[in-house]
Amino acid sequence: MSNEQIKNLEEIFEARIARDEKIEPKDWMPEKYRKTHIRQMSQHAHSEIVGMLPEGNWISRAPSLRRKAALLAKVQDEAGHGLYLYSACETLGISRDELYEQLHSGKAKYSSIFNYPTVTWADMGAIGWLVDGAAIINQVPLCNTSFGPYARAMVRVCKEESFHQRQGFEIMHKLCNGTPEQKDMAQDALNRWWWPSLMMLGPTDAESIHTEQSMKWKLKRKSNDELRQQFIDQTVPQADVLGLTIPDKDLKWNEEKGSYDFGEIDWDEFWQVVKGHGPSNKKRMKARVGAWEEGAWVRDAAMAHAEKKEANKLKKAI
Amino acid sequence: MNKKHLFDYIISIADNSLILAQRLGELCGHGPTLETDIAGTNIALDLIGQTRNYYQYAAQIQGEGKTEDDLAFLRLEREYKNVLLVEQPNEHFGYVMGRQFLFDVYHLLFMNELLKSKDETLAAIAKKGIKEVSYHKRFSGDWVKRLGDGTEESNQKMQEAIDELWAYTDELFDQPEADKTMIAEGVAVDTLKFKETYYEEVSTLLKEANLQVPESKYFIRGGKTGVHSEFMGYILSDMQYMQRTYPNMEW
Ligand SMILES: [Fe+2]
Ligand SMILES: [Fe+2]
Ligand SMILES: [Fe+2]
Repeated sequence: MSNEQIKNLEEIFEARIARDEKIEPKDWMPEKYRKTHIRQMSQHAHSEIVGMLPEGNWISRAPSLRRKAALLAKVQDEAGHGLYLYSACETLGISRDELYEQLHSGKAKYSSIFNYPTVTWADMGAIGWLVDGAAIINQVPLCNTSFGPYARAMVRVCKEESFHQRQGFEIMHKLCNGTPEQKDMAQDALNRWWWPSLMMLGPTDAESIHTEQSMKWKLKRKSNDELRQQFIDQTVPQADVLGLTIPDKDLKWNEEKGSYDFGEIDWDEFWQVVKGHGPSNKKRMKARVGAWEEGAWVRDAAMAHAEKKEANKLKKAI
Repeated sequence: MNKKHLFDYIISIADNSLILAQRLGELCGHGPTLETDIAGTNIALDLIGQTRNYYQYAAQIQGEGKTEDDLAFLRLEREYKNVLLVEQPNEHFGYVMGRQFLFDVYHLLFMNELLKSKDETLAAIAKKGIKEVSYHKRFSGDWVKRLGDGTEESNQKMQEAIDELWAYTDELFDQPEADKTMIAEGVAVDTLKFKETYYEEVSTLLKEANLQVPESKYFIRGGKTGVHSEFMGYILSDMQYMQRTYPNMEW
């Protein structure tokens, strides 16, 4: 194809997106669009499955049967999210094995929030309330993103994430209306998860790359700082309902702008964790790589068995 | 009707599902594929659902105002009556599927009989659970076949798991005192009725999976009388951690 023709195709393509048409896997797309989508969707898929680990850490210790079942179901939902997102990614011509390889080698990123440890039961509440809460804010705009499979996956994922968010809030609510020890546990969890949750919405606009192109492709509709403000404005009143204190002495309602002012985020901490030096990065990667390597003989066996069955069928047919 | 025996009987059924679910829960996020993680979690969820029904009913029979959680979390190790099979560790995926399969075949035969119990609540729990348990059995049986038939390595691993776990199968059919009285009342399942069928079904599938049916007649028992393996204390220290550390609180 000549450069001229490609330029033409690109114009038609961008116009389709501008008209809010969905791009489907079989449609022509610029190479950069394909790569960007593989990167973002796989990063999202990896976050779902690495995200199973901090909560999985409490399944065997959940304090009641009802909570144990709810936590199992939640972690299972996250596995399901991983699955649709990997499948959506595969429509762009990359295999799940390749995507895993990128995660395991450290080439692909996942959400940094999962590199913090879950040290008390209240962390199950705080994660649902804050982390799933921030994820929703990030993801709701993606329900209208331009790539069809991603948009459709997000519709389903967002529904479940909002269920998780309510469930997390409900865990916190129970703790906050329990004994003083339970309330302390809840406050302590909020203290530890608040700032990492704010960081989840991404680096501040001044430092954020890829944004302009992403806006055009509807991979991003609001800036990181706007999303962060939205999260804070939504969450502070919920903390009030719980009777918990947000660990930010600079947090204060700003009548004029109709939203909260808040303190300085420790971006050094953010970059430290992103670069692999957070409290649980090594543990998370060991768990994922370990599961993959220890499971290799199982996957090989399943493949070999399927091949033998297929061969037998052929033999019988002849 | 002897209330104490009925209570003990229900508890022994419930404990099997609880401890097996606890073992499956440990694996969540660490399995060989996302699909097996999802399926394992499903099975654990089904088992917890059944267990809750049993404990709620047992608490009602006991009539001391206890809850399902008191029964699940606040007993002494010797008071848990699950079979040794379900507390065996997740050594590798072959063990997990072998343990599941050896239990599921029993569980489905058991549920089919419990369906006929004179106790309406137990019969209703069985009715609800049968579909779930037949799915579990299909899932674990398929994996035993895949691993048995797959590669040389997987065949060896699966065989090793079956050989070790075999020693715990005979206990499934033990009938402590509570079972005997409840069988006489038409409430409990007479497990001896389907013991032969159990070993036939298991053997048929093992053969289909290119696995040897173990010939060993040395069996290990104890769980049903509350004498557990060394693993049990650790299972309970995880499971009971919150309830023991923070007594009398709601979650
Ligand atoms: Fe998710
Ligand atoms: Fe997510
Ligand atoms: Fe979630």
